[in-house]
Amino acid sequence: MSTARLFFVGGLTSYRALFGFLSPAIFIPSLLVAPIFQVLLFVYIGRSAGAESDTFYLVGNAIQYAAVPCVFAMTQIVSEERYQQTLGFILVSPAPRLPLFVGRALPVVVNAFCVSAFTFVVGARILDVSFPSSSIGGIALVTLLAAFSCTGLGLFVAAIGLVVRETAVLANVVFGLLLIFTHANVPASRTPAWMDAVGAVLPFTHAIEAARLLADGASLGSVSGLAWKELGIGTVYLAAGYLGLVWLERLSRSRATLERG
Amino acid sequence: MNVVRLVWTGWLFHIKTLSLSGFFVLTAVFMPVVVATVAFYMFEAGGRPGTLFWAALGAAVYGIWSSTLFGSGGAIQWQRWQGTLEILVAAPAPFFLVVLPLTLATSTIGIYSLCATLLWGRIAFGIPFTLAHPLEFAVAVPVTILGLGLLGMVFAATFVLYRHANALSNMLEWPVLLVTGLLVPLSLLPGWVLPISWAFAPTWGMRALRDAALGGNPWPEIAITLLLGAVYVGIAAAFLRYFERAARKHATLSLT
Repeated sequence: MSTARLFFVGGLTSYRALFGFLSPAIFIPSLLVAPIFQVLLFVYIGRSAGAESDTFYLVGNAIQYAAVPCVFAMTQIVSEERYQQTLGFILVSPAPRLPLFVGRALPVVVNAFCVSAFTFVVGARILDVSFPSSSIGGIALVTLLAAFSCTGLGLFVAAIGLVVRETAVLANVVFGLLLIFTHANVPASRTPAWMDAVGAVLPFTHAIEAARLLADGASLGSVSGLAWKELGIGTVYLAAGYLGLVWLERLSRSRATLERG
Repeated sequence: MNVVRLVWTGWLFHIKTLSLSGFFVLTAVFMPVVVATVAFYMFEAGGRPGTLFWAALGAAVYGIWSSTLFGSGGAIQWQRWQGTLEILVAAPAPFFLVVLPLTLATSTIGIYSLCATLLWGRIAFGIPFTLAHPLEFAVAVPVTILGLGLLGMVFAATFVLYRHANALSNMLEWPVLLVTGLLVPLSLLPGWVLPISWAFAPTWGMRALRDAALGGNPWPEIAITLLLGAVYVGIAAAFLRYFERAARKHATLSLT
């Protein structure tokens, strides 16, 4: 029971306390307005280039923008503990580490899903893009999986954030890499094989591909392989992030570097 | 003479400081290269590789815009965090002349972006770097930087009262990139966007750079960029005077 409370209540409390984007003055411009303009920017570049359809860019960018709430939130939720001098108190507590760290990911997944869903709905209205009604549930599911897998990556980045100083730089680099390698704006057939290989082990790539197929009328069953891959990638990153945090905790105790900024 | 020395010394100081900031170097180099890479692939995918140099120039100016925007957003906030805002406001030098070198420095850092993006286009995509009018290009670059830096001054001035200026910077990055025609021809955008684009120095600076690089007469655009810069100075000075007074009156100067 206390483990469940730590997971849900502790996770939500940490999220509310440490994710700096939650104020409406930050949330609205950064997580509601900016993704719409990212979609519009790439739609217009796409039109100028004569490349893909508006739907292609809407799907790609609506899902890819979840990187901002996922990666920035996870790095903030972990690294802010250090800056606020509370990391030591957390780590000396007897609380089990799995619900302690992974519980913080749940609100991030929900928020990232909401940001992507909002971008889908508003972007579709602005661009007059429509999806088959039968595909909406499937697209919502793969969007949720994308939010989960990127949150896993976010936890992994958060672990790295405990040993590097510039976490904002790190999060921006991850955002940029995801923009290039996940085929959010360029079809896989147009990029070199090595880029496809990198994209295959990153969050979003399979979810974006699945969402595009669903938007074209494919059934959920036909994209289940992609959905499972996305889930698997997210789980691997989440596990790596958790193990990284546990390892760094031990390292910081033995070297007395816990509060080093 | 004191004014020139203040602006010069401040500009040099901020250039050195910002060059040591990982965040700024990233903003100036990494993200423009990312956007350029995606744009290059998109233009290639659309079978229009001839537009790659055009896109490279756009991505380079985006880098200048990006560093200016984040610099302007942070100009006041950084002083707040460091506890130096009150000291700067209380100093005998006009606050305008204290902030101006910072916003000019942030846009000057965009030189990194210009070089990095064009170099990346040359190395990774084989985009030839051939200038139709090298002299005009050499003039257009600093004029564009000056225009953007002065536009940054307007943003910095309006951000004095706004506690979450960084969020506003995040929001403005893509829209201005879109409406100033850096990567998308303005003719593709709805008609009502055009008058908005005319008010932004990046629109004219971009046109000047493209005319100088690809062929055309960049001098009218250079003149408009300078004219807009002068307008920005007037707006920023008035805003800064008003907002600074309001912040002192309401005791919100140091609120973080």
